[in-house]
Amino acid sequence: MGGKGIHIEGLKKRYGEGDTAVYALKGVDMQVAPGEVVGLIGPSGSGKSTLLKCLGAVIDPTAGRMILGDEVIFDDGWKVRDLRALRRDKIGFVFQAPYLIPFLDVTDNVALLPMLAGIPNGEARAKALELLTALDIQHRARAMPSKLSGGEQQRVAIARGLVNRPPVILADEPTAPLDSERAMAVIRILNHMARQFETAIIVVTHDEKIIPTFKRIYHIRDGVTHEEVGEGRGFE
Amino acid sequence: MISLAGRDILHAWGKFVFTGIGLGLLIGVTLSMAGIYRGMVDDAQVMLDNTGADLWVVQQDTQGPYAESSSLYDDLYRSLLDMPGVEYAANVTYLIMQVGHDGHDVSSMVVGITAGEPGTPGQPRHLVAGRHITRSHYEAVADISSGFQLGERIRIRRNLYTVVGLSRRTVSYNGDPMVFIPLKDAQEAQFLKDNDALIQQRRRNAENPAFNRPGIPDLLAAVNASQSTNAYVNAILVKLKPGTFPEDVAEAIRRWKRLQVYTRTQMESILMDKVIDKSARQIALFLVILSIVSAAIVAFIIYTLTLGKIREIAVLKLIGTKNRTIAAMIMQQSLALGIIGFVVGKITATFWVPIFPKYVLLMPLDSVAGFFAVLLICALASVIAIRMALKVDPAEAIGG
Repeated sequence: MGGKGIHIEGLKKRYGEGDTAVYALKGVDMQVAPGEVVGLIGPSGSGKSTLLKCLGAVIDPTAGRMILGDEVIFDDGWKVRDLRALRRDKIGFVFQAPYLIPFLDVTDNVALLPMLAGIPNGEARAKALELLTALDIQHRARAMPSKLSGGEQQRVAIARGLVNRPPVILADEPTAPLDSERAMAVIRILNHMARQFETAIIVVTHDEKIIPTFKRIYHIRDGVTHEEVGEGRGFE
Repeated sequence: MISLAGRDILHAWGKFVFTGIGLGLLIGVTLSMAGIYRGMVDDAQVMLDNTGADLWVVQQDTQGPYAESSSLYDDLYRSLLDMPGVEYAANVTYLIMQVGHDGHDVSSMVVGITAGEPGTPGQPRHLVAGRHITRSHYEAVADISSGFQLGERIRIRRNLYTVVGLSRRTVSYNGDPMVFIPLKDAQEAQFLKDNDALIQQRRRNAENPAFNRPGIPDLLAAVNASQSTNAYVNAILVKLKPGTFPEDVAEAIRRWKRLQVYTRTQMESILMDKVIDKSARQIALFLVILSIVSAAIVAFIIYTLTLGKIREIAVLKLIGTKNRTIAAMIMQQSLALGIIGFVVGKITATFWVPIFPKYVLLMPLDSVAGFFAVLLICALASVIAIRMALKVDPAEAIGG
């Protein structure tokens, strides 16, 4: 791994105590290298969302170890004090629906994260524009989210996820609301961005269309992951 | 850092402006209520100012002439003129009456005044048109808010009076316009009986053996005559010589004349604490209720607006927005709503105050206090929405 990307060992998550305790994650092992895009698939109730929430530092794992970039962030307990700052600076999120802030224009939707990190507005907007240009959506920079198509909105969401140059991006069903053509475009962009920005990307999906595009896939079933080599078609 | 609240308001400005206008009308009513209270207090103070008196001499053991009835003989003022420190003393009567005018009645305070120099106690101080009363009968000076015109004939009881002068801000403590008439006319008007009542009274006197004694033929005529005249006034207004302490003179009158005397401070206290107290408390209760209603409306609006942004708030929290940034966004929106509402309320109150039938006094300091009260109410009203927003789980942004 070379100390980059994300590395997970024996991650467990238990809900409840005593007789009512249920293990949603029973020991997940996973590693994603910088520049790599992996798929995470599994049936409903298999623990996908729980794993994503643990990786996203929005719920507390019960046990295990997580290394993000060069930093051990969890080792049977959080090793970072400010999880909010961790999410802001080290983890990018792309959701099923873009969930753009409706009252901010495209540029400010992307620039908001660096602004929250204390970067001056002008500099934050310059970073946002740079990414919007990379994603070929700079021509909609001043548009409000409601004026964008679904595909454009998802590209803005990807730009927002990438803007702080996080070592990992968690993408939760990013192609679900899109047709095949746009879904493939989004996956192409994610692959391109992963390579360009040396970011590890985990894509949770049910989408049969995009599963063949992954080189590596993690199947999760009953709280345990199984690694599988994917077809990895199309984006070299 | 950009202002999230400002952007949200600009994005949904129509919603904010229209909600602010609605809230503003409520704030306008609240400001007007405060103005009505101030107007009542001002009316009471102006009424006392207009008398030009330093002391009010009234019947013993009464709080007259404004809080309760008071009767004094109309020749008592002469003995007061001899008291040390007294510069001027004048009889006065106050009658709440319906004054007939142009086919309808105007609720007025009819003030009976003695003829004297303008500026002496009881006289209307400043006229805006016409002249002071110069004749002993059937002339009147009226406050301009009565609607009477110069030269117009008005009816008080059975008699007609000519309006010879108009004054401004000469009103009773409850805002009724004052109509000044000669004292003798006012005394007559106070107990003026109709013809049937006079015949009945004379018949009763004639049949009363105490009044109609054989051998004393003039007694009945004397009794009838005494019952047809009124030698009472409600109060004597006293103006003191410069440098005289009101309480010293008041104490001397109480001691030697055995009358009740009130200084300006005491009379003001009677008006505030006894006469207009209930109305003032009623208005205060209205203000409290309106403040609670305003707070409830702001809280409901902000809560609803926040409820519509739950997903965005979850996303903001997930991407690392601090709780205080989210709380500030909601509070700033609430305050902005309050500011829009206050501006609208202040403007509407200023425009609709002149059409109120009673005097409404909008004090700049009340507006400043109202502004800060609105901000405080809005800040408090946003607490519920902030609590809800802070409870939003960032995990809600992640499906499943």
